[in-house]
Amino acid sequence: MRTPLIEFRKVSKRFGDKVVLDRVDLSIYAGEVTTLIGRSGEGKSVTLKLIIGLIRPDSGDILYRGKSISLMNRAERERFRREVSFMFQSNALFDSLTVRENIALPLREGSKAKESTIRERVDHKMHVMDLVGTEDKYPSQISGGMQKRVALARAIVTDPDTVLFDEPTTGLDPVRKNSVLGMITSNQRDYGFTAVLVSHDVPDVFYISNRIVVLEQGRVIFQGAPQDLEQRDHPVLQEYVSSQEILRNEIYGLQSAKWLERTFSKLREDPEKRDAFLVMISLPEYHIIKEQMGHLMVDMMLGSMAKIFYRVSKSGDACKVARYREDRIVCLCEPDAWNEEPDEVLRGVALEFDSMDFCSAGMRERQAVFSVRGGWDRIGSELSLSQLVQEIERKEMLLGSVSCRSGG
Amino acid sequence: MPLFKNGATLPANLSGSLGRSVLDVLQELGGIFLFFVRGFVSIFRYPFQITRSVRQLFFIGAKSVFLIAVVGLFTGMVLSLQGYYSLAKFGSEGVLGGVVALSLIRELGPVLTAIMITARAGSAMSAEIGIMRITEQVDALFTMGVDPVRYLVSPRIVAAIISFPLLTALFDAIGILGGYITGVGLLKINSGIFLAQMDYLVILQDSVNGFYKSLAFGLLVVTICCYQGFYVHTREGGHGAKGVSLATTTAVVYSCVGVLIADYVLTSILM
Repeated sequence: MRTPLIEFRKVSKRFGDKVVLDRVDLSIYAGEVTTLIGRSGEGKSVTLKLIIGLIRPDSGDILYRGKSISLMNRAERERFRREVSFMFQSNALFDSLTVRENIALPLREGSKAKESTIRERVDHKMHVMDLVGTEDKYPSQISGGMQKRVALARAIVTDPDTVLFDEPTTGLDPVRKNSVLGMITSNQRDYGFTAVLVSHDVPDVFYISNRIVVLEQGRVIFQGAPQDLEQRDHPVLQEYVSSQEILRNEIYGLQSAKWLERTFSKLREDPEKRDAFLVMISLPEYHIIKEQMGHLMVDMMLGSMAKIFYRVSKSGDACKVARYREDRIVCLCEPDAWNEEPDEVLRGVALEFDSMDFCSAGMRERQAVFSVRGGWDRIGSELSLSQLVQEIERKEMLLGSVSCRSGG
Repeated sequence: MPLFKNGATLPANLSGSLGRSVLDVLQELGGIFLFFVRGFVSIFRYPFQITRSVRQLFFIGAKSVFLIAVVGLFTGMVLSLQGYYSLAKFGSEGVLGGVVALSLIRELGPVLTAIMITARAGSAMSAEIGIMRITEQVDALFTMGVDPVRYLVSPRIVAAIISFPLLTALFDAIGILGGYITGVGLLKINSGIFLAQMDYLVILQDSVNGFYKSLAFGLLVVTICCYQGFYVHTREGGHGAKGVSLATTTAVVYSCVGVLIADYVLTSILM
């Protein structure tokens, strides 16, 4: 069994009443790129600051190479500081020093290197980071993206064994973002460098990470390989895996699967709401539509269906539509959301689908018709969401079709 | 009948809050003292902050020369005027030179120099370190393995040790010159008597005492100002820019009050 380079054992940290980390166990291995992901305020940056020693845990222990950081003596602590570097989210550049002086500072203060060596190493990092020409400028005189690269150059100028990057790509243009991620990968490959990243660049960071750690409500809900993350059937994890799809859902007014799970549980616990019902609409030929017309077309179709549900419900809050899986939407409605019975509403909705034409001019010649199936049931108090969905799937019927008509 | 919600009576509440205040003050004073010890000891740690110390010497010392000269000149002149008025009542105008010199060397020189440097450089020190703290620059030093106290505070302590006594000496010299101009030039006191009385009344110990005072004030001012900036993030009732402004104000007020209290204590000891 491998020994972690950095290990959290039941680490807790709170600020006032807010518990940021709650008995967190976490392992980071040498020579790997580990990425911490999670929503804002979930303790990702705090985790990095706990590692570097900027803040101390309220309880629990943090180990580096098997030794508790809090029990290190002066020499061990100095060695730890030499081996581990930190890049701040806010860059934390010295505003009264030039770009060159900023990058050179860790070498000047932390090593006995000669001025010529320092100059050579700083020049090399500036070249790698595309900062040539900004040597004598002050941080306030360069752009935010450049400041980020200066901070990055400063973090790696001493060639540390481990670098903690707090959002290294935030604020960078796509080309530079890729170059920063590429730089992290190449350093890891060439020098066996260990990187711990906090990033929101999902799924980009999945490609460069050996290990993903997901923080949610102060706990680590996943740590492992990115491939394992994709296979886990956990609503929060799936939100990260399919975060781009979630964005598209939001554009089309669709709620997330996690929201659906939460709301369903709440309704089920409320005796007055057990008569609420769940309506499901699916596109059985989802993969064919996606292949022939692209994922945006599927999103548009499902989004249009959601809009119809919103329109026919009595009030905007009576029904909420969520994307349950990629090929289906689920409409969770209050008991009296509609004036008619759900069967009649479904038939009316299906008629509207028939009259819609989703094709753009370039697709007219393809002439395709895709079926729409659907069904409903009351939420009751016994079945879980997935069980209820399976129940509806068993009795769902063909409602109608969506089409791409010639000359429509 | 209890006066307060928690059932405590007025004296109990008063003594409780008084006790807490005393503890807070003691804790703050202890913190400031330990901060000074850390900064002072770090002067002797490698790598020595020679360049940064010279820069601070230039900022605290060289850039204060003009201000100290002007304040010293007018302090000496007004001291001479007031002294002449008082001494004339006893027919002792002749000792004016000695009185002016003694007042400046023993008391006014060290005190006013310290207060002037606090206003000019102390507030800037506090604000600069405070801004570095709130923008995580201090944390950045820590993560690089650079002791922030050694990097930020020690050079300022070195600069204060060198510049405060020198500036005080300058203040004294220009103050005596101002006193001479007023006494001899305006009030027509005999130049020889003015200088002879000065020579007769002022002894070496007076200058040594003034030197000790200026040294003590320098360490006090620089420690308080750096401390306020360094711990700006821990103060209650002000964060960010507001916190820095409060820290700067507190640094100046505490330094000035501290100088006056220390002056009394040192005068009692050195007398």
